[in-house]
Amino acid sequence: MPQPAVSAPVLDARDVCKRYPVGGGGLFARGPVPLLHAVDRISLTVGAGETVGLVGESGCGKTTLTRMLARLIDTTEGSILFGGDDLATVPAARFAGHPARAAIQMVFQDAEGSINPRFTAFDAIAAPLRRLNGLSGAPLRARVERAAEQCGLPLTLLGRYPHQLSGGQKARVGIARAVATEPKLLILDEPTSALDVSVQVVILELLAELKSRLGMSYLFVSHDLNVVRLICDRVLVMYLGRIVEEGPAEAVFRAPAHPYTRALVDSVAVPGQIREGPRLRLSGDPKSPIDPDQNACRFHGRCPRGQDVCGSVAPPEVTPGTGRRAFCHLPLMEHA
Amino acid sequence: MSQPPLLSVEDLSVEFRTRSGTVRALEAISFAIARGETVGVVGESGSGKSVTAYTVMRLLDDAARITSGRIMFGGLDMLGADAGTLAELRGRELSMIFQNPRASLNPIRRVGQQIADVLLRHANVGAKEAGERAVALLAEVGIPEPSRRAKAYPFELSGGMCQRIGIAIALACRPALLIADEPTTGLDVTTQATIMDLVSELGRARGMATMLITHDLGLATERCDRVVVMHAGHVVEDAPTAALFAAPRHPYTARLFAATPRPGLALSEISTIPGGLPDLRRDDLPPCRFSTRCDRRRDACDAPPLPRVTHQGRLVACHNPL
Amino acid sequence: MSASAAAGGTVGHIRHVLSENPVTGLSFGLFGLLVLTAILGPSLVPYDPLASSDAALAAPSAKHWFGTDNLGRDVFARVVVATRLDLGMAFAAVALVFVTGTLAGVAAGFLGGWTDRIVGRVTDTIMAFPLFVLAMGLVAALGNTIANVIYATAIINFPIYARVARTEANIRREAGYIEAARLAGASTLAVMLFEVLPNVLPIMMVQVSLTMGYAILNTAGLSFIGLGIRPPTAEWGIMVAEGAGYIVSGEWWIALFPGLALMLAVFTFNLMGDGLRDIVDPRRRT
Repeated sequence: MPQPAVSAPVLDARDVCKRYPVGGGGLFARGPVPLLHAVDRISLTVGAGETVGLVGESGCGKTTLTRMLARLIDTTEGSILFGGDDLATVPAARFAGHPARAAIQMVFQDAEGSINPRFTAFDAIAAPLRRLNGLSGAPLRARVERAAEQCGLPLTLLGRYPHQLSGGQKARVGIARAVATEPKLLILDEPTSALDVSVQVVILELLAELKSRLGMSYLFVSHDLNVVRLICDRVLVMYLGRIVEEGPAEAVFRAPAHPYTRALVDSVAVPGQIREGPRLRLSGDPKSPIDPDQNACRFHGRCPRGQDVCGSVAPPEVTPGTGRRAFCHLPLMEHA
Repeated sequence: MSQPPLLSVEDLSVEFRTRSGTVRALEAISFAIARGETVGVVGESGSGKSVTAYTVMRLLDDAARITSGRIMFGGLDMLGADAGTLAELRGRELSMIFQNPRASLNPIRRVGQQIADVLLRHANVGAKEAGERAVALLAEVGIPEPSRRAKAYPFELSGGMCQRIGIAIALACRPALLIADEPTTGLDVTTQATIMDLVSELGRARGMATMLITHDLGLATERCDRVVVMHAGHVVEDAPTAALFAAPRHPYTARLFAATPRPGLALSEISTIPGGLPDLRRDDLPPCRFSTRCDRRRDACDAPPLPRVTHQGRLVACHNPL
Repeated sequence: MSASAAAGGTVGHIRHVLSENPVTGLSFGLFGLLVLTAILGPSLVPYDPLASSDAALAAPSAKHWFGTDNLGRDVFARVVVATRLDLGMAFAAVALVFVTGTLAGVAAGFLGGWTDRIVGRVTDTIMAFPLFVLAMGLVAALGNTIANVIYATAIINFPIYARVARTEANIRREAGYIEAARLAGASTLAVMLFEVLPNVLPIMMVQVSLTMGYAILNTAGLSFIGLGIRPPTAEWGIMVAEGAGYIVSGEWWIALFPGLALMLAVFTFNLMGDGLRDIVDPRRRT
């Protein structure tokens, strides 16, 4: 069962923004350069021992957000409070030497692509221990083997190259590398989406076990709502650079308040279960993220419930239930 | 079944010759698809579901060898047909949509032209009419401003749009059977739903049969009349969708279903499938390729042949079914 | 256990590549022959390559396999002895450009920005000239020494290395393992040298083999027109130049045999390129 969040958050990101200049500029350009608002004033917390899910379609900015939180790219604005420091003040290029580097790690979607094809599984797992913990020789080997064992990776496979490993084994190498330095926060970027169902369960169980054993918190990015619902305590729903709804995963998915969340939930087919009743469907593509109108809902134009007010006034925050927030003029306030 | 099926695959076996041995990719698989029926072929990677599709399309590469069996499509023996007949058939009677819609389109040709190409090749129409029908098809697959989008190149369109173009190309000549190979994998969930709505709707409107290859049991539940479950190159179960998920009879189907996350289940309530796929290059493959992973295995399972029992419209390839 | 298995895999893989493509095997054989000739040649030849004899302009015979030149020097001895010099100069030039060009290209492709622009301008400038003419000009300007021939050969090959390395580094810029390395605390320089470079090197090894041929041709070409090596040193380019005048009068062997040696060397290195790529790329192994 998901345990409730306790004490102070491990990660507290406030009003994080990422804007990229696009096109324009140049010698003869007039007026301001158009800006792509990849992430627009997002605030989120991850509590100790909590698993927070992050869902949204491709291009909604979840990749940019996770890379900022992992300190791989710089923020344009906002703060990232972690262990009492504002990490957003440290440039990403110099973050490699920061003491918090070992405490924030990441597991990638494409396990194969995230392991250097020239190096063995051992080298991959050893890299963070070498650089961040300064280990070498026998202590290094011991730590690598411990991480591999924790992740259920047979030690005989440590000498293999990524192309000699199965999908599940590569996923285990990626996880072993990420947990080797015993991070406080683990960002999981669609860790099971490339895996078969039978392997997926094993990896999800492994992640659950590692979380309690190593006392980590998870930020879990996924497009598979069934998986998010299964393992996340809380969920954040992103649309076009903004969070449109957040709250306890089960409550949000059982009775979504934001029409976008509703459309997401309605789009998911449930194995072995034919659902009755009308489904909310979305047409078209999202609006352009370049210089979006700050006085309009981002979902306006694609939203089946949208009205004129949605195009001229920024959506207000509503509270559909305990611990929940949604940003919508016309939320679905049904209670399950 | 009084009418003969649209597609029937009987006792089909396919091998791949590789450097490290012969892969027995399909062994004696049989199934049929009736006119207008949507049949799901589900299984994990390596189960042979895509090989099945490519064999039916006769698009296998040179390393593959069909060692036994028969594929009948609308009265035509597909394995005996010559290249010209097959080329004529593909695109007109038998179409396919692919997993990566953008990669299956020609990047340097306008999408309208690509649809018109199919019409010119198969529909016996002139260039002008082909262009007009291409625009009409774009409208039919739900693309806004079809005459403008017809002039677009694939890279100018989103993944969902590209898959709609793929569907327009596949359906241009009103095929009797559409083979959809993981058509929504890699697309956003909201887009997946609208694409599948489109496929179902067009299938219904045209009385087209669909073979939906997927690893997603949810998709199979929602969209298919019947589901064929594959494991390691065998068809292990073939049953009407509702009956299959209500009471899976093959141990693999049951375990696959039990391993799939569903709302209302906790992680501890989801079970794993022990072991992995057997190495299909081995010479001593057991008659039942699931037996090494199976907790219902009996001594009889090690003795050939693998039973293929049909009972009340359901096929189960197991000595000890549930 | 796994290490020995992997080693067996490598040997097995090489054997497979060689058996699948006999031309690769042939090129490796010829390469071995060339290297052995370069190392052992001078101590094996029956005549002093510089010593004249009375038998000038003698046709090939059992005594003088490749005949003698206008000063009565044994052409076979000269061709064999020249191998070390020609291969050595080309190797030095290629080694130099391999290191500088690869590093510059990887930096340009991985870092982008100003580094990319500077490297790009340098390569464009070099490529604006006909390359052999540029090499001639450089040697003439810098001074007629062996070292300058090597530098000039390296410089005209620089764009090939820088461009290939740039492209290969650039497509790996967004690779997952780059992000993973940065999470593991690697600095930008460390990522470039320890993550990107090892992936680019196999492709550059193929370039080495291909450019070795051209480098041999280039150094020989320079001496053919009188730059770099000077007579009476045994060198293929000079020998072809010296023998060229005698072809019309029927003494074809003086120019032909050094020419054939040159051709064989260029041919060998070009053929090796493809085979080398199959062997060094781990993803082509099963």
